[in-house]
Amino acid sequence: MPERPEAAAVPEAGEEPTEAPDAPADAAPAASPAPEHPNSEHPTREHPTPEHSTSEHPVPIDEDWRRVSPKYVVVEVVGSLIGTVIFVAAFLVAYFWFDWWWALWAAAAIGVVSLVGIAFEPRRVRSIGYRLRADDLLFRRGIMYQRQVAVPYGRMQLVDVTRGPVARALGLADLKFVTAAAATAVTVPGLPLDDAERLRDELVALAETRRAGL
Amino acid sequence: MTAPVATVTALADGEWHRLHPASPLLRGGLVFIAVLGFVLANMRERLVDMFVIVFVPDTADELDGRYGEWQNDWANDPVGAIITNGQFGWALLAVAVVIIGVIIGFWLSWRMHTFRITRESVEVRSGILFRSHRSARLDRVQGVNINRPVFARLFGTAKLDVSVAGESGNVQLAYLGSALADGLRADILRLASGARAEKSRASAPAAPSVPDAAGAPLAGPAQGDAVGPPPASARVSAVVGRRVDEFLAPELDPNLAPPESVVHLSVARVVGSTLLGGTTISILVFVAIIVAGVAAGQEWVILSFIPAVIGLVGYLWSRITKSLRYSIAGTPDGVRIGHGLLSTANQTIPPGRVHAVEATQWILWRPFGWWSVRVNLAGQSVSASSEAQQRTIVLPVGKADDVRRVLTLLLPDAVPTLDALLGAGLTGRGEAGGFSTTPRRAAWLRPFSWRRIGWAASGGVVLFRRGALTRSLAVMPLARMQSVALGRGPVRRMLRLASVRVHTLAGPVTVELPVADADEAAVLFENLAADAVVWAGADESHHWGAVREQVTEVVS
Repeated sequence: MPERPEAAAVPEAGEEPTEAPDAPADAAPAASPAPEHPNSEHPTREHPTPEHSTSEHPVPIDEDWRRVSPKYVVVEVVGSLIGTVIFVAAFLVAYFWFDWWWALWAAAAIGVVSLVGIAFEPRRVRSIGYRLRADDLLFRRGIMYQRQVAVPYGRMQLVDVTRGPVARALGLADLKFVTAAAATAVTVPGLPLDDAERLRDELVALAETRRAGL
Repeated sequence: MTAPVATVTALADGEWHRLHPASPLLRGGLVFIAVLGFVLANMRERLVDMFVIVFVPDTADELDGRYGEWQNDWANDPVGAIITNGQFGWALLAVAVVIIGVIIGFWLSWRMHTFRITRESVEVRSGILFRSHRSARLDRVQGVNINRPVFARLFGTAKLDVSVAGESGNVQLAYLGSALADGLRADILRLASGARAEKSRASAPAAPSVPDAAGAPLAGPAQGDAVGPPPASARVSAVVGRRVDEFLAPELDPNLAPPESVVHLSVARVVGSTLLGGTTISILVFVAIIVAGVAAGQEWVILSFIPAVIGLVGYLWSRITKSLRYSIAGTPDGVRIGHGLLSTANQTIPPGRVHAVEATQWILWRPFGWWSVRVNLAGQSVSASSEAQQRTIVLPVGKADDVRRVLTLLLPDAVPTLDALLGAGLTGRGEAGGFSTTPRRAAWLRPFSWRRIGWAASGGVVLFRRGALTRSLAVMPLARMQSVALGRGPVRRMLRLASVRVHTLAGPVTVELPVADADEAAVLFENLAADAVVWAGADESHHWGAVREQVTEVVS
């Protein structure tokens, strides 16, 4: 349940990244773009100034997939367990109060299926990965139904940091990317809060320099 | 409008202007007139009697005899009670107060409803007690629509609708003089295009600076009758003549676009295609049920289907009338699509606002070679209203050649690619014609259409073709791509297949390749992601006028 959304709309992005990005050696962290336009009067600058041109992008390019925090498994497991407990309890109540014999079997089946699902949870979380490339962000997830999405930086309309109660207790946050297409639906879950906020600022700055209409 | 390019109304000057004086009447007043007409029709006899009593008092006794027993029965006969109790004056006063109140309300609402067009935006202020102020940035204009409902056409007015990206973000100017709306549309699009209007405005004769948009300030010879004060009867007949002319004029001004770029529909094709549409099946089902019911001696079956048949006929009728007098044409300001028999509407899509195009042909249309074309546009296709749905249909029905011309208009930059690939894309299958092929094992998932499924990409557009029962060819400019996804479900992984989907704005068109070889799909995914960035960077269509200035001059 996402609460306390900390949305950073792309046009309003004027703040400098709070931390220097811990980038690989080939990218210069000091060259991160800091557009000096914190005003919201002209939220869309169609033509970036030359020093922000795409030729020397300050993107911290990832050589390999970056994984989300292993602690995110806990968030998923807790979520699954809560759902399982509610269903199993409902069926057990039906069994003991109304003597519906099949309710016991249903409770058992739900319990087993959920436990199997929970057993796969670490593997599923390991499958979530993201990668910053020169011009776009690559995201993948899923073990049965694999999905891989590429979002060009210039297409990001909004980068959203959301945190649920369990994630907050663990110091994690979800990073959600919104483009003009609803089908994009890219959410990188389970990032450490500092990483998420740094990544948000970086991507917002990138989106500002690469911005190209709709 | 004899010179559409040079016509510049005096309204796009950054000052506040008012709408057509009949606007409040057209927007809400028709209801008032309808109520008045209903009341009058129902009380006609009593009102006649009332005047007889007032002006010929001698007959009062006779009438009293007729209505005597109702004299004090207010609930049954308020008019009779008013007359017999001598409160005629009060009643007249009350009616007058109501009418004056309504007129004052209309007048105030007309006074307070103003608009202005500046270099940056179109703004509308309205409301008497609750003021509202909307503004649309010109560089975000996704299209300009002009609607002329039947009543508005009788008054010679039109509704201008500036659509911007986002839900319900439209700015409406309702209503304007009919010719004025056309001129203003050209002005808004010219300002939005980044090309400045000074040049053409300087060349146009100095427009009379009338503060109200009552129809006069259109520069040019369009209102010759406004020059001198002719006698009233001549003026009335001139106005009536102009209305009739407007009503009978072709939907598309022949001066607006070069004729070779215009696509028209014949009535027979519109009717035929509608009858062969999806509703045909339901009609056949109805007929079958009715025949079976009658044959079984259950005649009541006929009665139970009457409402459904009425609804169906109404639907078919509205579809046919909306598609009649259809035209699509390339104008200097963008692609203009107009349609409608009694209520007419047209929309203008500036270049670069088309996010995806799809040509579809369902199986009953195949013998005739008919296709329909739909588009995804920002701002319009999001809402579910039938009007917005109608706007996404760019070509209701047309032959392959019409499809080619429509695509040429919508995606002018992709013409070489389309010329080379369109034939194979519409009807082809297999490897002929430059499309990719799908491995035979895809037949497990797409038993009928696997041969047809394929993609091609060049010149900044990507073409996905698919479908056997309903053939479909989706064309998408890569500069408009939002993101791209590669999907691999369990079955597809087993068959070494994958699906690729290009994400665009919400709309009727889905740009998807349902099955492809897994390795090929991965390569396609990478190429699309890389090319989209390149083409989006090279795209200049949000200020298309800066590039098109020369073209405009040539056409004019």
